[in-house]
Amino acid sequence: MSPSFFVFVFSVFVLSFSTYAQSVVDMKLIQGGTYLPLYGVDSLTVKVNSFYMDEYPVTNEEFQEFLKKNHKWQKSNIKGLFADANYLTEWNDDSSLPLNANLNAPVTNVSWFAAKNYCDCLGKRLPLLDEWEYVAMADEKKRDARTDTNYNQYILNWYESPKSFNKQIGSTFRNYWGIYDLHGLVWEWTIDFNSVLISGESRKDVDKDSNLFCGSAAVGATDLMNYAAFMRYAFRGSLKAKYSVKNLGFRCAKDVEPVKR
Amino acid sequence: MRTKIKSKGFFLSVLLLAITIMSCGEEGKDSSENKLVASNANIPVTLEMEAELTSPPNVPRSVGRRKAKKLIVNMEVLEEEGEMADGVSYVYWTFGGSVPGSFIRTRVGDEVEFHLKNHPNNKLPHNIDLHAATGPGGGAASSFVAPGHETQFSFKVLSPGLYVYHCATAPVGMHIGNGMYGLILVEPEGGLPQVDKEYYIMQGDFYTSGENGDKGLQTFNMEKAIEEDADYVVFNGKVGSTTGDNAITAEVGDRVRLFVGNGGPNLVSSFHVIGEIFDVVRVEGGSMINENVQTTIIPSGGAAIVEFMVDVPGTYILVDHSIFRAFNKGALGMLKVTGEENKKIYSGTQKESVYQPEIKGDKADMAMNTKKVEKEAPLKNRAERIAAGKAVYAQTCFACHQANGQGVPNAFPPLAESDYLNADVDRAIGIVLNGNKGKITVNEKEYNGIMTPQNLNDEDTANVLTYVYDSWGNSKRDVTPDMVKKKRSSH
Repeated sequence: MSPSFFVFVFSVFVLSFSTYAQSVVDMKLIQGGTYLPLYGVDSLTVKVNSFYMDEYPVTNEEFQEFLKKNHKWQKSNIKGLFADANYLTEWNDDSSLPLNANLNAPVTNVSWFAAKNYCDCLGKRLPLLDEWEYVAMADEKKRDARTDTNYNQYILNWYESPKSFNKQIGSTFRNYWGIYDLHGLVWEWTIDFNSVLISGESRKDVDKDSNLFCGSAAVGATDLMNYAAFMRYAFRGSLKAKYSVKNLGFRCAKDVEPVKR
Repeated sequence: MRTKIKSKGFFLSVLLLAITIMSCGEEGKDSSENKLVASNANIPVTLEMEAELTSPPNVPRSVGRRKAKKLIVNMEVLEEEGEMADGVSYVYWTFGGSVPGSFIRTRVGDEVEFHLKNHPNNKLPHNIDLHAATGPGGGAASSFVAPGHETQFSFKVLSPGLYVYHCATAPVGMHIGNGMYGLILVEPEGGLPQVDKEYYIMQGDFYTSGENGDKGLQTFNMEKAIEEDADYVVFNGKVGSTTGDNAITAEVGDRVRLFVGNGGPNLVSSFHVIGEIFDVVRVEGGSMINENVQTTIIPSGGAAIVEFMVDVPGTYILVDHSIFRAFNKGALGMLKVTGEENKKIYSGTQKESVYQPEIKGDKADMAMNTKKVEKEAPLKNRAERIAAGKAVYAQTCFACHQANGQGVPNAFPPLAESDYLNADVDRAIGIVLNGNKGKITVNEKEYNGIMTPQNLNDEDTANVLTYVYDSWGNSKRDVTPDMVKKKRSSH
């Protein structure tokens, strides 16, 4: 894959999507492949098709623009079914951010419904859990850095450092695919975030869903890979689609073949 | 596969047999205890109240004679940076903002309505498993909560005892290893017998990215945790949580009760109070009472209640008697007791003399002639004297002042690069000979402990001090036996 090929693909895209062209150029092509997820066994690798992913998480400023045009997703108009009381909780009103907010920080305190709708409006979608995990296993150099101690310690350290949500997008590393900030700023919604369930009683999961832990000897393993991923799955498992969480943002994805409408 | 099943079946039948045999012997007791728990389930509750929660080392008031109630517990989960040791910080995950988490005090029959609140700034989901609750996961299955949310569940406390609670969210070991544990007490009807002082002490082991003592923000180290290679073993979440000015206190004649827990995640504690004997130990926090105990074992995820009367004043050191943890990893606390001396119970040092078994002759003669046997030693050169002093140090000073003279924060002052030591050699000689008591300031840190007089002759005293002055960036000055002799006679 030469860089010029990418450019070619992008330009084709830009042309075919005149309405939302501006957002497409901010996306990177992710070459499909197979990977072994946390919950998988060797014989059950998951296939991920090629797709596009936003280079950065959606920012406060971008979401502010979205709200100006889409009044029903504003704080005062949103239906209780689609967002809990934490929705944009720190925003002053329907369109203005709190004074200390960083316009270029990821937007957080948004529900899954709002995130999904935001992407829909741009002709995009939320990434699949497997797509997200597939991209997120890369470090700067490797497609799959999950066995690398430094990579894992970096993620674990982030999990343990409070208040990273107000950092500027792009302030963490650019990974193999050219994607920033998958680890280090905020958690991110995926479209099927609750498709792998970790129940509240995580020790019981061992026999509840043998797919989740079987074979991988996940808990007893000495490799750190499982711990970092584990916590992500645990976090996702605690969510409901209407929840809005301070450390949870999102980014969009898109199929390589344009969606027919 | 088949043989495996078969052997499992065999094992089961043996187990069943064993249970049958056991239950034959103890039928009467079993059924009465079952009845008790069953009847506790029927204790009616009247009224409701919000539970008083306290951070360590304090505990809420006793339940006394109050009736069983609906007890509302509001517990907030906070992930926040705190201090592990001097200059060493750590992001703790806490129940109620402290490690261990807030102490919950209930009585048998209470219906606990538990509200678990996960602070919006937190990164992670959490839950709580209370060993005092009967039901799936001890509440964990019902309390999984995302940041910025709250869950509620209820349970009735059926069995009196002291129980651990902890977070049980994946990865469980990491949540516990970062401090998510605490104690919940279930008192019997009418409460535990009254005592004068009650305190809350909970041990935990920590695994950090750096080694013990490495400064700056430390993060959790998974590999060390799996290998059970702890960098810190501490009481109440940090080195020095209950030493120096933070020591717990009592007065002579007080009856002291310690609620002692062990959060782990890995290590089992050999809990001991130096200079005390536990009159009563409620073994493992349950109903069995043991008496006159020196050291009691507290499993990870377990607890014990110990009680003792303090008879003489002084500082009593709380340790995990797996002793390197106490002196090298931080598992050390202090109970300071004030009041009247009682020489009948403890005299203090009554007499010092030289003991030299190689000298032949009448024993009575020797005791009479201690002065005489302090014979003139041949003069050694400085290197020899330093070597001899080093040996004395290893025997006499090492336990408190540590291998490299670094001391123990808030407990034993450092000898390395010590301004206090270098300022006054005469004072240093005096302290070795006569001990020291009360507040001193060493390298800008205050210490308030007791050093006992050291039973050393002039030569050994001179050698060990010369060694200390020669080591760890100190002033290299010489201390001679003559200087020691002079100081001794001036006293």
